[in-house]
Amino acid sequence: MAPLLTVTDVSKSYPGLPVLKEASFAVDPGEIVCLLGPSGCGKTTLLRIVAGLETPDTGTVAFAGQDVHDIPVHRRKFGFMFQDYALFPHKDVAANVAFGLRMQGLPAPQIAERVQEMLALVALDGYEQRRVVELSGGEQQRVALARSLAPRPQLLMLDEPLGALDRALREQLMNELRTILKRVGVTALYVTHDQEEAFAVSDRVLIMRAQPEQGEGGWIEQEGTPSEVYRHPATEYVARFLGFRNLLRGTVVQLHDGVVGTLHDDVVETLHATSLQSATPGYRVETEAGTLVAADSAGEFAAGEAVTVLVRPEAADVRQPGERGENLLPGRLISASFRGSYYLIQTEHAGGVTLICEASTTDVELPPAGDSLTLHLDPTALTLMRPEAA
Amino acid sequence: MDRRSTALGRGLLYLLPLGFLGVFFFYPLLAVVVQSFAPGGRLDLTPIANLWREPYFGRALWFTTWQATLSTAVTLALGMPAAFVFARYRFRGKTVLRALTTIPFVLPAMVVAAAFTALLGSRGWLNSLLMDWFEMARAPVRLQQTIWLILLAHAFYNTTVVVRIVGGFWSNLDPRLSEAARVLGGNRARVFFEITLPLLLPAVAAAGLLIFLFCFTSFGVILILGGPRFATLEVEIYRQAVALFRLPEASAIALAQIVLTFVVMAIYTRAQARSSLPLNMRPAAATEVPPTTPASKLFVALTVAGLLLFLVSPLVSLALRSLAGGDDPLRYFRELFVNRTNSLFYVPPGLAIRNSVFFALITTALALTIGTVTAVLMSRGRARGAALLEPLVLLPLGTSAVTLGFGYLLTMGQPPLNLRASPVLVPIAHTLVAFPFVVRTLLPVMRGINPDWREAAAVLGASPWTAWREVDLPIVGRALLVAALFAFTTSMGEFGATLLIARPEFPTMPLVIYRLLGQPGALNYGQAMAMSTMLMLVCAVAFVLIERFRVGQVGEF
Repeated sequence: MAPLLTVTDVSKSYPGLPVLKEASFAVDPGEIVCLLGPSGCGKTTLLRIVAGLETPDTGTVAFAGQDVHDIPVHRRKFGFMFQDYALFPHKDVAANVAFGLRMQGLPAPQIAERVQEMLALVALDGYEQRRVVELSGGEQQRVALARSLAPRPQLLMLDEPLGALDRALREQLMNELRTILKRVGVTALYVTHDQEEAFAVSDRVLIMRAQPEQGEGGWIEQEGTPSEVYRHPATEYVARFLGFRNLLRGTVVQLHDGVVGTLHDDVVETLHATSLQSATPGYRVETEAGTLVAADSAGEFAAGEAVTVLVRPEAADVRQPGERGENLLPGRLISASFRGSYYLIQTEHAGGVTLICEASTTDVELPPAGDSLTLHLDPTALTLMRPEAA
Repeated sequence: MDRRSTALGRGLLYLLPLGFLGVFFFYPLLAVVVQSFAPGGRLDLTPIANLWREPYFGRALWFTTWQATLSTAVTLALGMPAAFVFARYRFRGKTVLRALTTIPFVLPAMVVAAAFTALLGSRGWLNSLLMDWFEMARAPVRLQQTIWLILLAHAFYNTTVVVRIVGGFWSNLDPRLSEAARVLGGNRARVFFEITLPLLLPAVAAAGLLIFLFCFTSFGVILILGGPRFATLEVEIYRQAVALFRLPEASAIALAQIVLTFVVMAIYTRAQARSSLPLNMRPAAATEVPPTTPASKLFVALTVAGLLLFLVSPLVSLALRSLAGGDDPLRYFRELFVNRTNSLFYVPPGLAIRNSVFFALITTALALTIGTVTAVLMSRGRARGAALLEPLVLLPLGTSAVTLGFGYLLTMGQPPLNLRASPVLVPIAHTLVAFPFVVRTLLPVMRGINPDWREAAAVLGASPWTAWREVDLPIVGRALLVAALFAFTTSMGEFGATLLIARPEFPTMPLVIYRLLGQPGALNYGQAMAMSTMLMLVCAVAFVLIERFRVGQVGEF
């Protein structure tokens, strides 16, 4: 399937401020793609360039195989949902939704019909005559969605559409938003800095990164489905951005299908068993905190290679101190904070390594802070990645 | 101090502004009303009834209205592109240029009139250049005593109103609103007329009404640039009262003038209150961008160049004309201090400088005292008295200086207040003109003071007076300085009221300029230019100081 939208090597900078550096990506028809990154990574600018609200310094934006550079914004037939919605305060709900239809020169009866249809889609029937300034944040968001979908855009862009809402409402609306976008079948490009939102709404996530202090504007660091990105962050940057805090330095000492160095026989067996079970390559890695088996990595690593081990917070369960075996790390409990379904525990291990993990509350009783304990780390929640060049 | 004596002290404080306004504003105004309804002490409606039959009244009313309407339209047309450029683009020198646009607004009417005479008048710079180049015998540009010069001068004065009010509003308007309309398929024109303009409309209306009001009460500019052919209501009041000494008729016109300006003021206040759509305002810094496309660069460059040419060329020509005294560039300046007539009663024009400065200093002291007390009372909000002061402060703003001067003519020449012979009447009139500006400069700053600070000071042991001195005064200090400069320049440039009440032996600078411009001969003309240049410099210096000490955007209109 040929991509609907292709962005190739787009760069942009303002005087003294690099914004984008050769950003490239493609979007397939019907797909919801999310640009995810911290503020200042250029994601909104990239969106505005696609919309035609800004022009790139270099690079191309092609839609359905055609370069759109010379098509002005109002002829692109795209939709754009703004942060804070940009609803026209001097027009009522119906007039806001009808605006794009009027610009297309549709006859009044058709406009009225489409407005009805759109308001029904976002569950705002009967809101036609309401002033937009009197609506709640969630209602404004729906009007904005109806307004941008009404002219049947070939591509809908959404710039932090839930950013202005409070947490509970956001939770509810992100599911609703995906349902509506999928029902309409529109191709969508979605910008957010909130990973939860990105994961809930999109089919594919593009994680952006920028280093403006080093004169580098934003680029796309990694792309993949939400679960791919979460399970296999390609770089330490992505891992840190996604909120992972347990990154251990280490060296690969043994591959899943061969023996490197000197090892005990029982460990080799376990390693083979793990690899067979999960059908993913397992690696044995020497870290500051001890030797760990990591069995959930996307790339290939060579023996002797320096790597970073990502311990996802859900990897840990608490064992009795003194228990020994594979992926068991003795250590000391620093603090534990009750979070309902889990304890957020901070532990200290050999080499001064601290880990922050989520321990099930149905698990064994936690020792008091300061006492020793042993953590078991599930190999399938341990991922290897190449360390960041210093 | 116990509670009762505090209340008493506050009551006495109220007496100061109320007493001053009562004696020097409402009493003369009342005299105008009485004079028009009951000239000679008995109710007699003939002057008012006659007004409608007198051709001069209809002519003046019609002219006043259409010239104000046209001036407003011209100013808006010239000011809107500038407002757009200031609101949406970031470019070098923007702050300075914006400040520059305000200079004309603070210039005295006489200086503006003289400046346009110097640029476009028959002896003006443009004409002498053209005559030199093409060896013409007569001035080719004959704008003097036509409506065009009046319109240009009014636009020159008020462009800054559009730039500040509309531009200010525009710069806070979320650009994403028009971007949303663009993405939805609207072209630039449709987006401007369907989205931007309707949203700007309250600001455009406010600016338009204000400009209309200024032009409706225009006096000095019309008198100098219009000549005898054009008379606004203001000019007509002056003519009836001073030239023809028809006091009942002048009163009737003044009354009509008062009623009309108050109607416009009321519409203005209503429009301001009603127009407040709860918009999602954005900080100006977030909405401006550097011009990047060739078209936008050209547009910014042209607007800036046009603005500079329009605003600076009259002032430069004025300065140049004042120095064109032949071999000695300062000749006109020197002549101001020479008594050519050898008459014992003649006062050299230079003495007017001393008078003006003297009057301005008294005005500053008076306006600051009364203005500060008023602002303090108004800022301590809850009291009913504060609500009472609010409209009282606005009223003098809506009353023309000529009407005020005329009221003084009627009241101050006889007991109980026989001040006609005293020079103090001039600074009193100036104080009334300056007073609303002083209050409007001080009030926002005073209202911005957190009462908790004062309470904190009180808890720490400060008496109310000490708390004011320690907390309020340092914060209000800069605003006081700005208010003082406002009062000083207002007095230096005041023309309308002064023309009616000044004693011949105490002329002010604007009066001398007016007299000199009305007399034939190159020497008189040159001296008028020299005097105007000096007045312009005083105002420009004051203005630079105001811009420096201004706190935020306070004290606007």
